[in-house]
Amino acid sequence: MATTIPSPPAPRTGRSTRKLIAMAIRELAPVLITILFLFPFIVMISTSFKSPDETFSIPPRIWSDHWILDNYHRVFEVMPFWRYVGNTLLLAILAVIGTLFSCPLVAYSLSKVPWKLRNPLFLLIISTMMLPPQVTMIPVYLLWNETPLMGTWWPLIIPNFLGSAFSIFLLRQFFRGIPNDLLDAARLDGASEARIYWGIVLPLARPALATVGLFAFVGTWTDFLNPLIYLSDPERYTLSIGLYNFFSEHGVEWGPLMAACVIFSIPLVVVFIIAQRHFIEGISLTGLK
Amino acid sequence: MASLPGVSASRRGLSPTAVGVLFALPWLIGFLVFQLYPIAASAYYSFTEFSLFDDPVWIGLDNYRDLLQDERFFKSLYNTAYMTVIGVPLGLAFALICALALNTPSKLQPFYRAIVYLPTVVPIVAATYLWRWLLNAQYGYVNQVIGGVGLYQPLWQEDPFWTKPALLIMGLWLVGSTAIIYLAALKEVPASYYEAAEIDGANWWSKFWNITWPAISPVTLFQLVIGVIGSLQYFTQAYLFAQERMNQGGGGPKDSLLMYGMYVFQNAFQYLDMGYASALAWILFLISLAITAVILGMATRWVHYEGD
Repeated sequence: MATTIPSPPAPRTGRSTRKLIAMAIRELAPVLITILFLFPFIVMISTSFKSPDETFSIPPRIWSDHWILDNYHRVFEVMPFWRYVGNTLLLAILAVIGTLFSCPLVAYSLSKVPWKLRNPLFLLIISTMMLPPQVTMIPVYLLWNETPLMGTWWPLIIPNFLGSAFSIFLLRQFFRGIPNDLLDAARLDGASEARIYWGIVLPLARPALATVGLFAFVGTWTDFLNPLIYLSDPERYTLSIGLYNFFSEHGVEWGPLMAACVIFSIPLVVVFIIAQRHFIEGISLTGLK
Repeated sequence: MASLPGVSASRRGLSPTAVGVLFALPWLIGFLVFQLYPIAASAYYSFTEFSLFDDPVWIGLDNYRDLLQDERFFKSLYNTAYMTVIGVPLGLAFALICALALNTPSKLQPFYRAIVYLPTVVPIVAATYLWRWLLNAQYGYVNQVIGGVGLYQPLWQEDPFWTKPALLIMGLWLVGSTAIIYLAALKEVPASYYEAAEIDGANWWSKFWNITWPAISPVTLFQLVIGVIGSLQYFTQAYLFAQERMNQGGGGPKDSLLMYGMYVFQNAFQYLDMGYASALAWILFLISLAITAVILGMATRWVHYEGD
């Protein structure tokens, strides 16, 4: 849109000033909001390149006189950072695999298999989204405690292979948009449900699968509660719980902590920038019934 | 409904129901093992004394009786209610304001939208530590800006009165997905409605109140439910705000950050009092059920669905 001052066709001054103000608000509001949302990122990045002296200066300054990498070196001294990156990446990738294995199967059952109980089942799945994890976490922990898998990564991995309500919901919404005629024609040709699923529905659902996979990746990369409960061996820590290393009796090492946060965030920011469309469409899809 | 039920199924001798169940099997197993059984099991544990190392011992209603004497239980209820009653409407309102502001025909809209959504992909741990830094009483930018215009600079992480508002402020930064959903909803409102209202000389507010608000009310309801449910589980941000050193979770100054979910966690995994923690969990379960029912029950009064 034009940012120059428009020349109003009708010279009725009272109205046109009001219109001008309204237009200024309309043009400026998005810019203002963008700056507000970006500001914390700028602080995170600038702090990560500052010396302790500059970090604790009053008033704080965004622009540093000398950008230094000390904080980034410190990140690797304080903890086995690459190991934590590797652990987190491994868990996130396995979560994507598990989600892409299980959720489309269930979504197919809910949207494309004509059986009687599919709508009640769908309601049940939706209603489990309302269940706080605190309600189930104790017996689930005790269950794992009975198995030799306690203390390993398996308690964090296996649930992904059993579907998650949110992803199933999102995929079901997408699958419903695939015409039934297509599937019926294949059925008439004698294709089995498994072949229809694998050969027709999954290829058509690629965008939705990408969205669900991305959400699984982001969700696992950022998860805090489950690693906190299940990972007791520092060798197996993820980044989420490894970052506490910057908290000590002497206070918080803000510079190195912000450097670690930058590295921790970069993969997701990159993934988001590359796959923005999938995120936005996925979010919009779940929001509008 | 598919028009040809069971064409292929009959060839292989599988009824549609069998096929449906087979495909849904992963979730059904997960539901039984990780949801249904745990709900039942925690109901049982809630009537026991259970320290993880010994077998559970039946003690009847004792855990629930203890709850009523437990100040920290009420404190955590209050804190969670605070975050829900203030935080959820505040977040929705701010998300809607962002969506309205971004809903312009600007070519830059996809860029604006991406920036507003971006904070939600930052790992929650990184985001929380970042905000602890921004809200640092002495060196943080927030207080510098506030002080710059001559206002009171709160001790965001030390003063029990200001710890929860600190979480609320951070929450505003994370409204991205709600804002995106609102934005999508705003685009669905037919332009003809506004054109008709403009002919009648309606101002901005009356257009918003009579057209926009009713049209997006299903989204508001959905986000309200999601928000309230999310707020009842509030954990990570408060846990990390209260963190002093290492991974020991406290409750913050005067337990002002002790959320209900944190209190369940503390009892279960720090005090290893599984019985008491299960009683807390069951109360949370009942509260979630009740609140969901109330919100959905009231919905018909103010939510307008197209074609109703």
